[in-house]
Amino acid sequence: MREIIKLLEKDCRLTAEQIAKILKRDTAEVEKQIKEMEESGVIAKYKAIINWEKVDQNLMYALIEVKVTPQTDMGFERVAKRIYEFPEVHSMYLMSGGYDLAINIKGRTIHDIAKFVTEKLSVLDCVISTSTHFVLKKYKDSGVIFANDVTDGREVISF
Amino acid sequence: MSFEFNLSDIVRDIKPSGIRRFFDLVGEMDGAISLGIGEPDFVTPWHIRDAGIRSLEKGQTYYTANSGLKNLRNEICNYFERRFNLSYNENEVLVTVGGSEAIDLCIRALVSEGDEVLIPEPCFVCYDPCVRLAHGIPVPIVTEEKDDFILTPEKLKEKITPKTKLLILPFPNNPTGAIMDKEQIEAIADVLKDTNIAVLSDEIYGELTYGKKHFSIANVPEMKDRTIIVGGFSKAYAMTGWRLGFAVGNNSVISAMTKVHQFAIMSAPTTSQYAAIEALKNGDADIEEMASQYDLRRRYLIDRLNKMGLKCFEAKGAFYVFPSIKITGLKSEDFCKQLLEKKKVAVIPGTAFGESGEGHIRISYAYSIETITKALDKIEEFLKELGVNFK
Ligand SMILES: Cc1ncc(COP(=O)(O)O)c(C=O)c1O
Repeated sequence: MREIIKLLEKDCRLTAEQIAKILKRDTAEVEKQIKEMEESGVIAKYKAIINWEKVDQNLMYALIEVKVTPQTDMGFERVAKRIYEFPEVHSMYLMSGGYDLAINIKGRTIHDIAKFVTEKLSVLDCVISTSTHFVLKKYKDSGVIFANDVTDGREVISF
Repeated sequence: MSFEFNLSDIVRDIKPSGIRRFFDLVGEMDGAISLGIGEPDFVTPWHIRDAGIRSLEKGQTYYTANSGLKNLRNEICNYFERRFNLSYNENEVLVTVGGSEAIDLCIRALVSEGDEVLIPEPCFVCYDPCVRLAHGIPVPIVTEEKDDFILTPEKLKEKITPKTKLLILPFPNNPTGAIMDKEQIEAIADVLKDTNIAVLSDEIYGELTYGKKHFSIANVPEMKDRTIIVGGFSKAYAMTGWRLGFAVGNNSVISAMTKVHQFAIMSAPTTSQYAAIEALKNGDADIEEMASQYDLRRRYLIDRLNKMGLKCFEAKGAFYVFPSIKITGLKSEDFCKQLLEKKKVAVIPGTAFGESGEGHIRISYAYSIETITKALDKIEEFLKELGVNFK
Protein backbone atom coordinates (compact mmCIF):
# COMPACT_ATOMS: atom_id res chain seq x y z
CA MET A 1 0.00 0.00 0.00
CA ARG A 2 2.70 2.42 1.09
CA GLU A 3 4.68 1.50 -2.02
CA ILE A 4 1.73 2.33 -4.25
CA ILE A 5 1.22 5.67 -2.52
CA LYS A 6 4.88 6.56 -2.93
CA LEU A 7 4.77 5.81 -6.64
CA LEU A 8 1.54 7.74 -7.18
CA GLU A 9 2.75 10.69 -5.18
CA LYS A 10 5.68 10.99 -7.57
CA ASP A 11 3.66 10.37 -10.71
CA CYS A 12 -0.10 9.99 -10.51
CA ARG A 13 -0.36 9.11 -14.17
CA LEU A 14 1.15 5.67 -13.63
CA THR A 15 -1.46 3.11 -14.53
CA ALA A 16 -2.43 0.25 -12.25
CA GLU A 17 -0.86 -2.06 -14.78
CA GLN A 18 2.47 -0.21 -14.70
CA ILE A 19 2.45 -0.14 -10.92
CA ALA A 20 1.72 -3.85 -10.83
CA LYS A 21 4.70 -4.53 -13.05
CA ILE A 22 7.00 -2.31 -11.05
CA LEU A 23 5.98 -3.88 -7.76
CA LYS A 24 5.58 -7.40 -9.15
CA ARG A 25 1.96 -7.59 -8.04
CA ASP A 26 -1.27 -8.51 -9.64
CA THR A 27 -2.91 -5.72 -11.67
CA ALA A 28 -6.38 -6.43 -10.32
CA GLU A 29 -5.09 -6.29 -6.76
CA VAL A 30 -3.36 -2.94 -7.36
CA GLU A 31 -6.53 -1.57 -8.96
CA LYS A 32 -8.51 -2.63 -5.95
CA GLN A 33 -6.14 -1.02 -3.49
CA ILE A 34 -6.09 2.24 -5.44
CA LYS A 35 -9.85 2.27 -5.51
CA GLU A 36 -9.98 1.71 -1.76
CA MET A 37 -7.61 4.56 -1.17
CA GLU A 38 -9.65 6.83 -3.40
CA GLU A 39 -12.77 5.95 -1.50
CA SER A 40 -11.30 6.32 1.95
CA GLY A 41 -9.74 9.67 0.98
CA VAL A 42 -6.12 8.56 1.37
CA ILE A 43 -5.81 9.68 -2.20
CA ALA A 44 -7.61 13.02 -2.04
CA LYS A 45 -7.28 14.06 -5.66
CA TYR A 46 -5.13 13.72 -8.77
CA LYS A 47 -3.89 17.01 -10.17
CA ALA A 48 -1.15 18.48 -12.27
CA ILE A 49 1.44 20.82 -10.84
CA ILE A 50 1.42 23.78 -13.21
CA ASN A 51 4.18 26.27 -13.61
CA TRP A 52 1.79 29.15 -14.33
CA GLU A 53 4.58 31.56 -14.97
CA LYS A 54 5.11 29.77 -18.24
CA VAL A 55 1.50 30.16 -19.27
CA ASP A 56 0.44 33.45 -17.85
CA GLN A 57 2.85 36.00 -16.48
CA ASN A 58 0.02 37.90 -14.83
CA LEU A 59 -0.88 35.45 -12.12
CA MET A 60 -0.25 36.68 -8.58
CA TYR A 61 0.28 34.54 -5.54
CA ALA A 62 0.11 35.75 -1.99
CA LEU A 63 0.61 34.31 1.42
CA ILE A 64 -1.69 35.82 4.03
CA GLU A 65 -1.07 35.51 7.74
CA VAL A 66 -4.31 35.80 9.66
CA LYS A 67 -4.95 36.29 13.35
CA VAL A 68 -8.40 35.21 14.46
CA THR A 69 -10.43 34.85 17.64
CA PRO A 70 -11.39 31.24 18.18
CA GLN A 71 -15.09 30.57 18.78
CA THR A 72 -16.01 29.41 22.28
CA ASP A 73 -17.19 25.90 21.69
CA MET A 74 -15.81 25.24 18.24
CA GLY A 75 -12.24 26.44 18.66
CA PHE A 76 -10.61 27.28 15.35
CA GLU A 77 -12.59 24.81 13.28
CA ARG A 78 -15.62 26.98 12.63
CA VAL A 79 -13.53 30.03 11.88
CA ALA A 80 -11.32 28.03 9.61
CA LYS A 81 -14.28 26.68 7.68
CA ARG A 82 -15.64 30.18 7.05
CA ILE A 83 -12.35 31.06 5.46
CA TYR A 84 -11.30 27.96 3.55
CA GLU A 85 -14.70 27.74 1.89
CA PHE A 86 -13.81 30.81 -0.19
CA PRO A 87 -12.82 29.46 -3.60
CA GLU A 88 -9.95 31.94 -3.74
CA VAL A 89 -8.21 30.09 -0.93
CA HIS A 90 -5.77 27.73 -2.51
CA SER A 91 -4.40 26.13 0.63
CA MET A 92 -4.69 26.90 4.31
CA TYR A 93 -2.98 25.77 7.48
CA LEU A 94 -3.44 26.31 11.21
CA MET A 95 -0.10 27.50 12.53
CA SER A 96 1.76 27.65 15.78
CA GLY A 97 3.57 30.90 16.60
CA GLY A 98 2.80 34.53 15.93
CA TYR A 99 -0.40 34.12 13.91
CA ASP A 100 -3.11 31.50 13.52
CA LEU A 101 -3.90 30.78 9.90
CA ALA A 102 -1.65 30.74 6.86
CA ILE A 103 -3.48 31.11 3.57
CA ASN A 104 -2.15 30.73 0.07
CA ILE A 105 -4.14 32.51 -2.57
CA LYS A 106 -3.92 32.96 -6.30
CA GLY A 107 -5.36 35.86 -8.30
CA ARG A 108 -5.14 37.38 -11.76
CA THR A 109 -3.94 40.71 -10.52
CA ILE A 110 -2.87 42.42 -7.35
CA HIS A 111 -6.38 43.92 -7.23
CA ASP A 112 -8.02 40.50 -7.10
CA ILE A 113 -6.03 39.70 -4.04
CA ALA A 114 -6.53 43.09 -2.43
CA LYS A 115 -10.24 42.77 -3.04
CA PHE A 116 -10.34 39.37 -1.39
CA VAL A 117 -8.48 40.62 1.66
CA THR A 118 -10.38 43.85 2.11
CA GLU A 119 -13.85 42.75 1.09
CA LYS A 120 -14.03 39.12 2.15
CA LEU A 121 -11.41 38.31 4.74
CA SER A 122 -10.89 41.39 6.91
CA VAL A 123 -14.59 42.03 7.27
CA LEU A 124 -15.20 38.74 9.05
CA ASP A 125 -15.90 39.30 12.77
CA CYS A 126 -13.53 36.59 13.84
CA VAL A 127 -10.57 38.08 11.93
CA ILE A 128 -8.40 40.29 14.12
CA SER A 129 -5.71 41.17 11.63
CA THR A 130 -4.16 40.13 8.33
CA SER A 131 -0.74 40.52 6.85
CA THR A 132 -0.39 39.91 3.13
CA HIS A 133 2.88 38.91 1.46
CA PHE A 134 3.09 38.76 -2.32
CA VAL A 135 5.09 36.03 -3.95
CA LEU A 136 7.79 37.44 -6.21
CA LYS A 137 9.02 34.20 -7.69
CA LYS A 138 8.25 30.52 -7.30
CA TYR A 139 11.34 28.38 -7.04
CA LYS A 140 9.82 25.12 -5.97
CA ASP A 141 6.28 23.86 -5.55
CA SER A 142 5.10 20.53 -4.17
CA GLY A 143 8.59 19.11 -4.41
CA VAL A 144 9.02 20.22 -8.01
CA ILE A 145 11.77 22.70 -8.80
CA PHE A 146 10.60 25.44 -11.17
CA ALA A 147 13.70 27.59 -11.03
CA ASN A 148 15.85 25.51 -13.34
CA ASP A 149 14.57 23.85 -16.43
CA VAL A 150 15.57 20.29 -15.84
CA THR A 151 16.93 18.91 -19.09
CA ASP A 152 18.88 15.72 -19.57
CA GLY A 153 22.44 16.97 -19.85
CA ARG A 154 23.86 13.60 -20.80
CA GLU A 155 25.24 12.64 -24.18
CA VAL A 156 22.70 10.69 -26.21
CA ILE A 157 24.54 7.40 -25.91
CA SER A 158 27.59 6.13 -24.08
CA PHE A 159 29.12 2.86 -22.98
CA MET B 1 57.70 19.42 -47.22
CA SER B 2 54.61 17.90 -45.68
CA PHE B 3 54.95 16.01 -42.46
CA GLU B 4 53.26 12.74 -41.80
CA PHE B 5 52.89 11.25 -38.36
CA ASN B 6 53.99 7.72 -37.98
CA LEU B 7 51.63 6.47 -35.28
CA SER B 8 52.49 3.79 -32.78
CA ASP B 9 51.72 0.33 -34.16
CA ILE B 10 49.59 -0.59 -31.19
CA VAL B 11 47.48 2.53 -31.30
CA ARG B 12 47.05 2.28 -35.05
CA ASP B 13 45.92 -1.33 -34.73
CA ILE B 14 43.35 -0.77 -32.02
CA LYS B 15 40.11 -1.21 -33.87
CA PRO B 16 37.98 1.89 -33.86
CA SER B 17 34.89 0.55 -32.21
CA GLY B 18 32.84 -1.17 -34.92
CA ILE B 19 29.77 0.75 -34.00
CA ARG B 20 31.32 4.17 -34.34
CA ARG B 21 29.14 4.69 -37.39
CA PHE B 22 26.05 3.86 -35.39
CA PHE B 23 27.06 6.36 -32.70
CA ASP B 24 27.53 9.02 -35.36
CA LEU B 25 24.11 8.23 -36.74
CA VAL B 26 22.53 8.73 -33.32
CA GLY B 27 24.40 12.00 -32.91
CA GLU B 28 22.90 13.34 -36.10
CA MET B 29 19.33 12.36 -35.27
CA ASP B 30 17.20 15.12 -33.77
CA GLY B 31 14.68 14.29 -31.09
CA ALA B 32 15.62 10.66 -30.62
CA ILE B 33 14.56 8.96 -27.40
CA SER B 34 17.59 7.25 -25.99
CA LEU B 35 17.86 4.21 -23.78
CA GLY B 36 21.51 4.05 -24.64
CA ILE B 37 23.28 5.80 -21.82
CA GLY B 38 25.78 4.24 -19.45
CA GLU B 39 25.50 6.76 -16.66
CA PRO B 40 22.94 7.63 -13.97
CA ASP B 41 20.13 10.06 -14.79
CA PHE B 42 20.31 11.47 -11.26
CA VAL B 43 22.41 14.53 -10.61
CA THR B 44 24.94 14.21 -7.83
CA PRO B 45 23.11 14.62 -4.49
CA TRP B 46 23.18 18.22 -3.36
CA HIS B 47 25.17 17.76 -0.14
CA ILE B 48 27.98 16.21 -2.18
CA ARG B 49 27.96 19.00 -4.77
CA ASP B 50 27.91 21.48 -1.91
CA ALA B 51 31.02 19.91 -0.38
CA GLY B 52 32.79 20.38 -3.72
CA ILE B 53 31.66 24.00 -3.89
CA ARG B 54 32.76 24.66 -0.32
CA SER B 55 36.21 23.24 -1.02
CA LEU B 56 36.53 25.73 -3.88
CA GLU B 57 35.36 28.58 -1.68
CA LYS B 58 38.01 27.66 0.83
CA GLY B 59 40.60 27.77 -1.92
CA GLN B 60 41.47 24.09 -1.82
CA THR B 61 42.76 24.22 -5.36
CA TYR B 62 46.14 22.51 -5.09
CA TYR B 63 47.42 19.07 -6.07
CA THR B 64 46.84 16.44 -3.43
CA ALA B 65 49.23 13.64 -2.47
CA ASN B 66 49.76 11.35 -5.46
CA SER B 67 47.71 8.59 -3.96
CA GLY B 68 44.90 10.96 -2.93
CA LEU B 69 43.87 12.86 0.21
CA LYS B 70 44.66 10.86 3.32
CA ASN B 71 41.21 11.58 4.66
CA LEU B 72 39.61 10.25 1.53
CA ARG B 73 41.70 7.09 1.55
CA ASN B 74 40.67 6.52 5.15
CA GLU B 75 37.03 7.01 4.26
CA ILE B 76 37.41 4.53 1.40
CA CYS B 77 38.75 1.98 3.93
CA ASN B 78 35.79 2.67 6.25
CA TYR B 79 33.46 2.30 3.33
CA PHE B 80 34.80 -1.15 2.40
CA GLU B 81 34.61 -2.25 6.00
CA ARG B 82 31.09 -0.92 6.43
CA ARG B 83 29.48 -2.02 3.19
CA PHE B 84 31.46 -5.05 2.02
CA ASN B 85 33.05 -6.37 5.16
CA LEU B 86 36.59 -5.96 3.79
CA SER B 87 39.54 -4.50 5.71
CA TYR B 88 42.15 -2.39 3.98
CA ASN B 89 44.50 0.27 5.28
CA GLU B 90 45.19 3.61 3.62
CA ASN B 91 48.40 2.27 2.00
CA GLU B 92 46.31 -0.20 0.10
CA VAL B 93 44.23 2.52 -1.56
CA LEU B 94 44.90 4.64 -4.64
CA VAL B 95 42.54 7.42 -5.69
CA THR B 96 42.26 7.64 -9.48
CA VAL B 97 40.63 9.56 -12.31
CA GLY B 98 37.56 7.35 -12.48
CA GLY B 99 37.48 3.59 -12.31
CA SER B 100 38.76 3.86 -15.89
CA GLU B 101 42.20 5.01 -14.83
CA ALA B 102 42.38 2.39 -12.10
CA ILE B 103 41.69 -0.34 -14.68
CA ASP B 104 44.38 0.99 -16.98
CA LEU B 105 46.93 1.32 -14.15
CA CYS B 106 46.27 -2.12 -12.78
CA ILE B 107 46.76 -3.71 -16.19
CA ARG B 108 49.89 -1.66 -16.84
CA ALA B 109 51.31 -2.52 -13.42
CA LEU B 110 50.86 -6.25 -13.90
CA VAL B 111 51.11 -7.12 -17.57
CA SER B 112 54.40 -7.68 -19.40
CA GLU B 113 54.83 -8.32 -23.11
CA GLY B 114 53.10 -11.52 -24.14
CA ASP B 115 51.17 -12.03 -20.91
CA GLU B 116 47.65 -13.25 -21.37
CA VAL B 117 44.71 -11.53 -19.74
CA LEU B 118 41.39 -13.33 -19.45
CA ILE B 119 38.37 -11.15 -20.20
CA PRO B 120 34.81 -12.45 -19.80
CA GLU B 121 32.71 -11.13 -22.67
CA PRO B 122 30.39 -9.36 -23.45
CA CYS B 123 31.95 -6.66 -21.32
CA PHE B 124 32.78 -3.00 -20.94
CA VAL B 125 34.88 -1.71 -23.79
CA CYS B 126 38.13 -0.63 -22.15
CA TYR B 127 39.75 -3.89 -21.00
CA ASP B 128 40.83 -5.17 -24.41
CA PRO B 129 42.56 -1.99 -25.62
CA CYS B 130 44.21 -1.41 -22.21
CA VAL B 131 45.70 -4.91 -22.36
CA ARG B 132 46.95 -4.31 -25.89
CA LEU B 133 48.51 -0.98 -24.91
CA ALA B 134 50.40 -2.87 -22.20
CA HIS B 135 51.70 -5.31 -24.86
CA GLY B 136 49.58 -8.07 -23.38
CA ILE B 137 47.29 -10.48 -25.15
CA PRO B 138 43.56 -10.22 -24.43
CA VAL B 139 41.89 -13.64 -24.25
CA PRO B 140 38.11 -13.39 -24.33
CA ILE B 141 35.97 -15.90 -22.45
CA VAL B 142 32.48 -15.88 -23.87
CA THR B 143 29.76 -15.95 -21.23
CA GLU B 144 26.37 -17.24 -22.31
CA GLU B 145 22.75 -16.51 -21.70
CA LYS B 146 22.12 -20.13 -20.69
CA ASP B 147 24.46 -19.52 -17.72
CA ASP B 148 22.87 -16.15 -16.93
CA PHE B 149 26.03 -14.59 -18.40
CA ILE B 150 28.24 -15.55 -15.45
CA LEU B 151 31.79 -16.84 -15.70
CA THR B 152 31.76 -20.58 -15.02
CA PRO B 153 34.76 -22.47 -13.61
CA GLU B 154 34.79 -24.78 -16.65
CA LYS B 155 35.07 -21.89 -19.07
CA LEU B 156 37.78 -20.31 -16.98
CA LYS B 157 39.85 -23.53 -16.82
CA GLU B 158 39.63 -23.94 -20.57
CA LYS B 159 41.41 -20.63 -21.22
CA ILE B 160 44.15 -20.81 -18.60
CA THR B 161 47.66 -21.30 -20.03
CA PRO B 162 51.13 -20.93 -18.50
CA LYS B 163 51.10 -17.37 -19.83
CA THR B 164 47.91 -16.30 -18.07
CA LYS B 165 48.70 -13.36 -15.81
CA LEU B 166 45.44 -11.76 -14.92
CA LEU B 167 41.72 -12.42 -14.84
CA ILE B 168 39.36 -9.50 -15.18
CA LEU B 169 36.17 -10.11 -13.26
CA PRO B 170 33.58 -7.59 -14.46
CA PHE B 171 30.56 -8.17 -12.21
CA PRO B 172 27.97 -6.68 -11.80
CA ASN B 173 28.33 -6.58 -15.55
CA ASN B 174 27.96 -3.88 -18.15
CA PRO B 175 26.22 -4.70 -20.58
CA THR B 176 24.47 -7.89 -19.43
CA GLY B 177 23.47 -6.84 -15.91
CA ALA B 178 24.69 -10.23 -14.66
CA ILE B 179 25.92 -10.61 -11.10
CA MET B 180 27.79 -13.49 -9.49
CA ASP B 181 26.79 -14.77 -6.07
CA LYS B 182 28.94 -16.21 -3.29
CA GLU B 183 28.87 -19.82 -4.48
CA GLN B 184 29.63 -18.86 -8.07
CA ILE B 185 32.55 -16.68 -6.99
CA GLU B 186 33.87 -19.41 -4.72
CA ALA B 187 33.87 -21.82 -7.63
CA ILE B 188 36.06 -19.37 -9.56
CA ALA B 189 38.32 -18.95 -6.53
CA ASP B 190 38.73 -22.73 -6.40
CA VAL B 191 40.13 -22.75 -9.91
CA LEU B 192 42.45 -19.81 -9.21
CA LYS B 193 43.88 -20.84 -5.88
CA ASP B 194 46.47 -23.24 -7.32
CA THR B 195 47.59 -20.77 -9.98
CA ASN B 196 49.57 -17.53 -10.04
CA ILE B 197 46.79 -15.59 -11.67
CA ALA B 198 45.91 -12.19 -10.23
CA VAL B 199 42.38 -10.78 -10.32
CA LEU B 200 41.20 -7.34 -11.35
CA SER B 201 37.68 -7.17 -10.00
CA ASP B 202 35.78 -4.30 -11.62
CA GLU B 203 33.17 -3.54 -8.98
CA ILE B 204 32.13 -0.14 -10.21
CA TYR B 205 28.49 -1.36 -10.08
CA GLY B 206 28.96 -3.15 -6.75
CA GLU B 207 26.36 -0.94 -5.06
CA LEU B 208 23.78 -1.61 -7.74
CA THR B 209 22.51 -5.13 -7.19
CA TYR B 210 18.89 -6.02 -6.67
CA GLY B 211 17.70 -8.67 -4.27
CA LYS B 212 21.16 -9.99 -3.44
CA LYS B 213 24.03 -8.03 -1.93
CA HIS B 214 27.21 -7.87 -3.98
CA PHE B 215 29.85 -10.45 -3.04
CA SER B 216 33.44 -9.59 -3.95
CA ILE B 217 36.02 -12.22 -4.78
CA ALA B 218 38.17 -10.44 -2.18
CA ASN B 219 35.68 -11.74 0.39
CA VAL B 220 37.10 -15.21 -0.23
CA PRO B 221 40.01 -15.28 2.25
CA GLU B 222 42.60 -16.92 -0.04
CA MET B 223 41.74 -14.46 -2.81
CA LYS B 224 42.02 -11.12 -1.04
CA ASP B 225 45.78 -10.85 -1.47
CA ARG B 226 45.72 -11.45 -5.21
CA THR B 227 42.73 -9.23 -5.95
CA ILE B 228 42.72 -5.59 -6.92
CA ILE B 229 39.25 -4.12 -6.61
CA VAL B 230 38.39 -1.20 -8.87
CA GLY B 231 35.54 0.99 -7.75
CA GLY B 232 34.42 4.54 -8.05
CA PHE B 233 31.89 7.25 -7.46
CA SER B 234 30.41 7.47 -10.96
CA LYS B 235 27.62 4.95 -10.69
CA ALA B 236 26.81 4.55 -7.00
CA TYR B 237 26.79 8.29 -6.24
CA ALA B 238 25.84 9.58 -9.69
CA MET B 239 29.18 11.37 -10.04
CA THR B 240 30.35 10.47 -13.57
CA GLY B 241 31.51 13.98 -14.46
CA TRP B 242 33.67 14.35 -11.35
CA ARG B 243 35.99 11.68 -12.72
CA LEU B 244 36.88 9.96 -9.52
CA GLY B 245 37.50 6.33 -8.71
CA PHE B 246 39.87 4.12 -6.77
CA ALA B 247 41.71 0.85 -6.55
CA VAL B 248 42.24 -1.12 -3.37
CA GLY B 249 44.40 -4.18 -2.84
CA ASN B 250 47.79 -5.51 -1.95
CA ASN B 251 50.26 -2.68 -1.34
CA SER B 252 52.85 -4.07 -3.78
CA VAL B 253 50.47 -3.60 -6.71
CA ILE B 254 48.97 -0.38 -5.39
CA SER B 255 52.50 1.08 -5.07
CA ALA B 256 53.34 0.04 -8.62
CA MET B 257 50.10 1.59 -9.85
CA THR B 258 50.85 4.74 -7.86
CA LYS B 259 54.19 4.99 -9.63
CA VAL B 260 52.51 5.12 -13.04
CA HIS B 261 49.73 7.39 -11.77
CA GLN B 262 52.30 9.80 -10.33
CA PHE B 263 53.92 10.30 -13.74
CA ALA B 264 50.81 10.17 -15.92
CA ILE B 265 48.31 12.06 -13.75
CA MET B 266 49.98 13.51 -10.61
CA SER B 267 46.80 13.38 -8.56
CA ALA B 268 43.08 13.00 -9.09
CA PRO B 269 40.98 16.22 -9.20
CA THR B 270 41.12 17.94 -5.82
CA THR B 271 37.57 19.32 -5.79
CA SER B 272 36.22 15.90 -6.60
CA GLN B 273 38.20 14.35 -3.77
CA TYR B 274 36.66 16.72 -1.22
CA ALA B 275 33.20 16.02 -2.57
CA ALA B 276 33.92 12.29 -2.41
CA ILE B 277 34.76 12.49 1.30
CA GLU B 278 31.28 13.90 1.89
CA ALA B 279 29.77 11.19 -0.33
CA LEU B 280 31.39 8.42 1.68
CA LYS B 281 30.59 9.99 5.03
CA ASN B 282 26.97 10.89 4.46
CA GLY B 283 25.88 9.28 1.23
CA ASP B 284 24.75 5.77 2.14
CA ALA B 285 21.09 6.82 2.10
CA ASP B 286 21.52 8.38 -1.36
CA ILE B 287 22.94 5.15 -2.74
CA GLU B 288 20.02 3.21 -1.40
CA GLU B 289 17.40 5.64 -2.65
CA MET B 290 18.84 5.63 -6.16
CA ALA B 291 19.25 1.86 -6.15
CA SER B 292 15.61 1.44 -5.19
CA GLN B 293 14.57 3.69 -8.07
CA TYR B 294 16.64 1.63 -10.52
CA ASP B 295 15.08 -1.53 -9.16
CA LEU B 296 11.53 -0.29 -9.83
CA ARG B 297 12.45 0.54 -13.41
CA ARG B 298 14.28 -2.74 -13.86
CA ARG B 299 11.25 -4.80 -12.93
CA TYR B 300 8.99 -2.83 -15.20
CA LEU B 301 11.41 -3.00 -18.12
CA ILE B 302 12.14 -6.73 -17.93
CA ASP B 303 8.48 -7.60 -17.66
CA ARG B 304 7.50 -5.54 -20.66
CA LEU B 305 10.37 -6.73 -22.84
CA ASN B 306 9.51 -10.36 -22.20
CA LYS B 307 5.84 -9.68 -22.94
CA MET B 308 6.62 -8.06 -26.26
CA GLY B 309 8.73 -11.02 -27.28
CA LEU B 310 12.27 -9.81 -26.62
CA LYS B 311 13.48 -12.56 -24.36
CA CYS B 312 15.28 -11.02 -21.46
CA PHE B 313 17.08 -12.84 -18.69
CA GLU B 314 16.55 -11.33 -15.26
CA ALA B 315 19.52 -9.00 -14.88
CA LYS B 316 20.14 -8.36 -11.19
CA GLY B 317 22.86 -5.73 -11.31
CA ALA B 318 24.07 -2.42 -12.79
CA PHE B 319 21.37 -0.55 -14.77
CA TYR B 320 21.25 -2.56 -17.97
CA VAL B 321 19.26 -5.36 -19.46
CA PHE B 322 20.49 -7.36 -22.41
CA PRO B 323 17.52 -8.86 -24.26
CA SER B 324 17.87 -11.25 -27.15
CA ILE B 325 16.63 -9.99 -30.51
CA LYS B 326 17.18 -13.28 -32.32
CA ILE B 327 13.44 -13.63 -32.85
CA THR B 328 13.61 -10.74 -35.33
CA GLY B 329 16.24 -12.43 -37.47
CA LEU B 330 18.16 -9.16 -37.57
CA LYS B 331 21.79 -8.58 -36.66
CA SER B 332 22.23 -6.40 -33.59
CA GLU B 333 23.57 -3.44 -35.48
CA ASP B 334 20.84 -3.61 -38.14
CA PHE B 335 18.17 -3.87 -35.47
CA CYS B 336 19.50 -0.77 -33.74
CA LYS B 337 19.88 1.16 -36.99
CA GLN B 338 16.36 0.37 -38.15
CA LEU B 339 14.89 1.09 -34.73
CA LEU B 340 16.63 4.45 -34.78
CA GLU B 341 15.61 5.31 -38.33
CA LYS B 342 12.01 4.15 -38.07
CA LYS B 343 11.15 4.94 -34.47
CA LYS B 344 13.87 7.33 -33.33
CA VAL B 345 14.76 5.16 -30.37
CA ALA B 346 18.42 4.60 -29.56
CA VAL B 347 19.67 1.41 -27.89
CA ILE B 348 23.13 -0.11 -28.17
CA PRO B 349 23.94 -3.15 -30.30
CA GLY B 350 25.31 -6.03 -28.23
CA THR B 351 28.29 -6.25 -30.56
CA ALA B 352 29.62 -3.00 -29.11
CA PHE B 353 30.67 -5.14 -26.14
CA GLY B 354 32.38 -7.90 -28.09
CA GLU B 355 31.41 -10.20 -30.93
CA SER B 356 29.66 -12.47 -28.45
CA GLY B 357 27.08 -9.73 -27.97
CA GLU B 358 25.62 -10.52 -31.42
CA GLY B 359 21.91 -11.22 -31.22
CA HIS B 360 21.42 -8.91 -28.24
CA ILE B 361 20.89 -5.24 -27.52
CA ARG B 362 21.76 -3.29 -24.41
CA ILE B 363 18.98 -1.23 -22.90
CA SER B 364 19.80 1.11 -20.05
CA TYR B 365 17.24 1.94 -17.38
CA ALA B 366 18.97 5.05 -16.13
CA TYR B 367 15.81 6.88 -17.25
CA SER B 368 12.47 7.87 -15.77
CA ILE B 369 9.62 5.38 -16.05
CA GLU B 370 7.97 7.90 -18.37
CA THR B 371 10.87 7.83 -20.84
CA ILE B 372 11.17 4.06 -20.57
CA THR B 373 7.46 3.67 -21.28
CA LYS B 374 7.61 5.96 -24.30
CA ALA B 375 10.59 4.12 -25.74
CA LEU B 376 9.11 0.70 -25.06
CA ASP B 377 5.86 1.65 -26.80
CA LYS B 378 7.89 2.53 -29.87
CA ILE B 379 9.93 -0.67 -29.70
CA GLU B 380 6.68 -2.60 -29.50
CA GLU B 381 5.38 -0.84 -32.61
CA PHE B 382 8.65 -1.57 -34.35
CA LEU B 383 8.40 -5.28 -33.56
CA LYS B 384 4.83 -5.38 -34.81
CA GLU B 385 5.83 -3.76 -38.06
CA LEU B 386 8.62 -6.31 -38.43
CA GLY B 387 5.91 -8.93 -38.14
CA VAL B 388 7.43 -10.52 -35.09
CA ASN B 389 5.08 -13.16 -33.88
CA PHE B 390 6.21 -14.59 -30.61
CA LYS B 391 3.10 -16.19 -29.24
C1 LIG C 1 32.08 -1.82 -16.15
C2 LIG C 1 32.63 -0.44 -16.07
N1 LIG C 1 33.81 -0.25 -15.47
C3 LIG C 1 34.34 0.98 -15.36
C4 LIG C 1 33.71 2.10 -15.85
C5 LIG C 1 34.39 3.42 -15.72
O1 LIG C 1 33.73 4.32 -14.91
P1 LIG C 1 34.43 5.64 -14.36
O2 LIG C 1 35.72 5.81 -15.06
O3 LIG C 1 33.47 6.73 -14.64
O4 LIG C 1 34.63 5.39 -12.89
C6 LIG C 1 32.47 1.94 -16.48
C7 LIG C 1 31.75 3.10 -17.05
O5 LIG C 1 30.84 3.01 -17.82
C8 LIG C 1 31.91 0.65 -16.58
O6 LIG C 1 30.72 0.46 -17.17
